[in-house]
Amino acid sequence: MPYIPLEEHLPGITGLLEYRKDTAEPIRELTQFLLRGPSTLTAAERELIATIVSFGNECRFCTAAHTAAADVLLGECETTGKIKTNISTAPVSAKMKALLTIASQVQKSGKAVTNESIEQAKAAGATDIEIHDTVLIAALFCLYNRYVDGLSTVTPTDPNFYKGLAERISKGYQRLPHGYDHLKKK
Amino acid sequence: MAHIKVPEGVPGIRSLVMFRPESGQHLYALVQVLLRDESPLTEAERELIAAYVSSRNECMFCMSSHAAAARYLFKDKKQVVDFVLDDYKSAPISDKLKALLNVAGKVQKNGKEVLPDDVAKARKHGANDREIHDTVLISATFSMFNRYVDGLASLTPTDPKAYEEMGVRLGEKGYVLPK
Repeated sequence: MPYIPLEEHLPGITGLLEYRKDTAEPIRELTQFLLRGPSTLTAAERELIATIVSFGNECRFCTAAHTAAADVLLGECETTGKIKTNISTAPVSAKMKALLTIASQVQKSGKAVTNESIEQAKAAGATDIEIHDTVLIAALFCLYNRYVDGLSTVTPTDPNFYKGLAERISKGYQRLPHGYDHLKKK
Repeated sequence: MAHIKVPEGVPGIRSLVMFRPESGQHLYALVQVLLRDESPLTEAERELIAAYVSSRNECMFCMSSHAAAARYLFKDKKQVVDFVLDDYKSAPISDKLKALLNVAGKVQKNGKEVLPDDVAKARKHGANDREIHDTVLISATFSMFNRYVDGLASLTPTDPKAYEEMGVRLGEKGYVLPK
């Protein structure tokens, strides 16, 4: 049960974003820009960063949601499985391995990011903007994971819920123009 | 030196949002609405939560700048900031604020650390839904800012005067995106 009254038909983050819309707006806009805006990283690569950080923070809702989103964008589910167990064996580029390593360090603490991991990313061709966006996406999911779990929001157990959510967020993170009443059980 | 080419000589978060204003504008909009717009918590209390979380994350830049903003906003009661950063449990603040700082400290570690008892204690001392929500979101937000600022190794001034000036600016003008 959530610690504050949230709409029952909106588990996880959505209920929180509807609870306080004035703070939700910049959070949504930031996420839309970082994960879906113009970038030399694909939307799927950016979802992998969200996934590995949420997994590190043991946030079940965010891990399931962003795993599902990355799977939809990639068209397979092998990569998300592998980044959670061992980045080095995942079928991603050397640059992405280096960026995912940086993201895992940010998940622990900003101070955990080493000069070596930054050098490795640059040697693999990562630009300053890619490194910046990786750190900020990782930091943003440290916010989301704490927001979702700190207020004890509901984590659905039905895998179909995350499939539906993934379809929605693969299109974008902005609030639906007509709200979320259509998700209420009839 | 910062890990990426940010404007030289510009400290902390300011250098990062000047490097990438497209994301910076939303970060500043969030912190302005969360720490300055309408809330049952005072601006000073919210800056204090930000400073406390930043101190637990050992983010010197964020801790020093938000402690300075909190001192400015607490005016003649500004010594509470240093009491809280030293040991909030013995600080001259309300039991409600102590219970909210306990929640903020748990969120700083991990969202799952917040237990029903922590929330019940805050409610017993008079905290309402919005105060609990805002405390959790402020702590989560600074868990983001601290990682952003330190993860890119942005410039951390060591002169206390630099932070005193930031505190006055944040107290008087709030969060305005630097150009």
